[in-house]
Amino acid sequence: MSPAPELPSVDEALGRMAEVLKPLLPQKPIMIGIHTGGAWVAAGLHRQLGLKEPLGTLDISFYRDDFTRIGLNPQVRASTLPVDIDGRHIILVDDVLHTGRTIRAAMNEIFDYGRPASVTLAVLIERDGRELPIEATAVGAHLKLKPRQQVKLLGPEKLELKIQESGT
Amino acid sequence: MSPVRSLDEQGRLRHLLTLEGLPKRTILEILDTAESFVSVGEREIKKVPLCRGKTVVNLFFEPSTRTRTTFEIAAKRLSADVINLAVASSSTSKGETVLDTIRNLEAMHTDLFVVRHAQAGAADLIASHLQPQVHLINAGDGAHAHPTQGLLDAFTIRRYKGDFTKLSVAIVGDILHSRVARSLIHALTILGTPDIRVIAPRTLLPTAVESLGVRAFTDIHEGLDGVDVVVMLRLQRERMKGALIPSEQEYFNLFGLTPPRLKFAKKDAIVMHPGPMNRGLEIDSAVADGPQSVILAQVTNGIAVRMAVMAIILGGTGATEGKRA
Repeated sequence: MSPAPELPSVDEALGRMAEVLKPLLPQKPIMIGIHTGGAWVAAGLHRQLGLKEPLGTLDISFYRDDFTRIGLNPQVRASTLPVDIDGRHIILVDDVLHTGRTIRAAMNEIFDYGRPASVTLAVLIERDGRELPIEATAVGAHLKLKPRQQVKLLGPEKLELKIQESGT
Repeated sequence: MSPVRSLDEQGRLRHLLTLEGLPKRTILEILDTAESFVSVGEREIKKVPLCRGKTVVNLFFEPSTRTRTTFEIAAKRLSADVINLAVASSSTSKGETVLDTIRNLEAMHTDLFVVRHAQAGAADLIASHLQPQVHLINAGDGAHAHPTQGLLDAFTIRRYKGDFTKLSVAIVGDILHSRVARSLIHALTILGTPDIRVIAPRTLLPTAVESLGVRAFTDIHEGLDGVDVVVMLRLQRERMKGALIPSEQEYFNLFGLTPPRLKFAKKDAIVMHPGPMNRGLEIDSAVADGPQSVILAQVTNGIAVRMAVMAIILGGTGATEGKRA
């Protein structure tokens, strides 16, 4: 067993993300959270930043690049983008940035709804293990983990981080 | 018992031949997945990349516009490639000819066949000859089954009425020739609907219809009393051998759904019809175009439900699978 790394406080991480995102507020951004953890983080940020536009959520199951290997997620939910995103600035929010594949799928889906003016990525946890050239602008906390370790966000009432060791 | 089953040994949906005997969780998984596909049809770009590179062949041995078109649109919205084949069906060219057609299309690396045939059991027969990696969806075989129609009807009922365990559903008309009625009865039964009624002249009711777990009525007023959902069926004149109804006018007089008759159902009852409608024969235009009609919503829902079935089958997972990371 490797020692579990120290986990940051979710509230402090959210605060750091909000600080980085504040300068974007004059652009009247639309915030979109990725199901499930990313939507929880986005809800918190949306409140802290006092965004006027309703929060959007994405379920990227229909855009995953591993569909032919593992099939469709049986718990897929509908994506809801309540406002027209054409020409708008998007803040895309997820709980953990790991391989980058989820973010790629999310961007593909966003572009099927319209052509945003820009997309800024905000993540609660940025960890190592990127497989695609994708980086976040707003990061709550950085974590270095073993390949077999996963960091998971528990919620939605009280958001908490947890380290899980996956089996072989 | 058919030699092929819709589910594989792991309980995953491999084909969709009939709803009969499917577990409730499989039906719910399809309905829940369809719910997410509804929003895809409402966006600017009505397409997801899920089944990119898959080849779907719509093989129709019997004419169809709505079903074939919605299957085609569903496959295209999943980014699959679709081929439509309308094969003239003559009673002498069955058996080997059909299977040879299938083998040839299989050799072109078809991933999924959507098959409609006038003969009950045709889908099972074809499925039993397919290579292990090739899938089949039954789009209607004779009077046997039309599972995606049953699913889209159940999906529509759930969207308007919610909890199946509190519902009364009446299916009215040509029950005898109707694969739609049979598939819907199976879906409703599996989903726990306590009160399913069939309403028809005795000549259009199958013998021992009660064995399906439904109550039969020959009086439409009695049968519609207090129901939440009215499903009208098309009078299938082309399938009728002999005089099963005295005349079309008399059929309309006794069983046609008119505004005064609809009043026997609950105030907020919905009216459904699988199409194509015979206006003035089984349904009055005032009802078909009225505020309680959800007939066009059924068509829209049919696309989402067929997308869900195709995606689940082509993805090869089922409600039982837990191998996702």
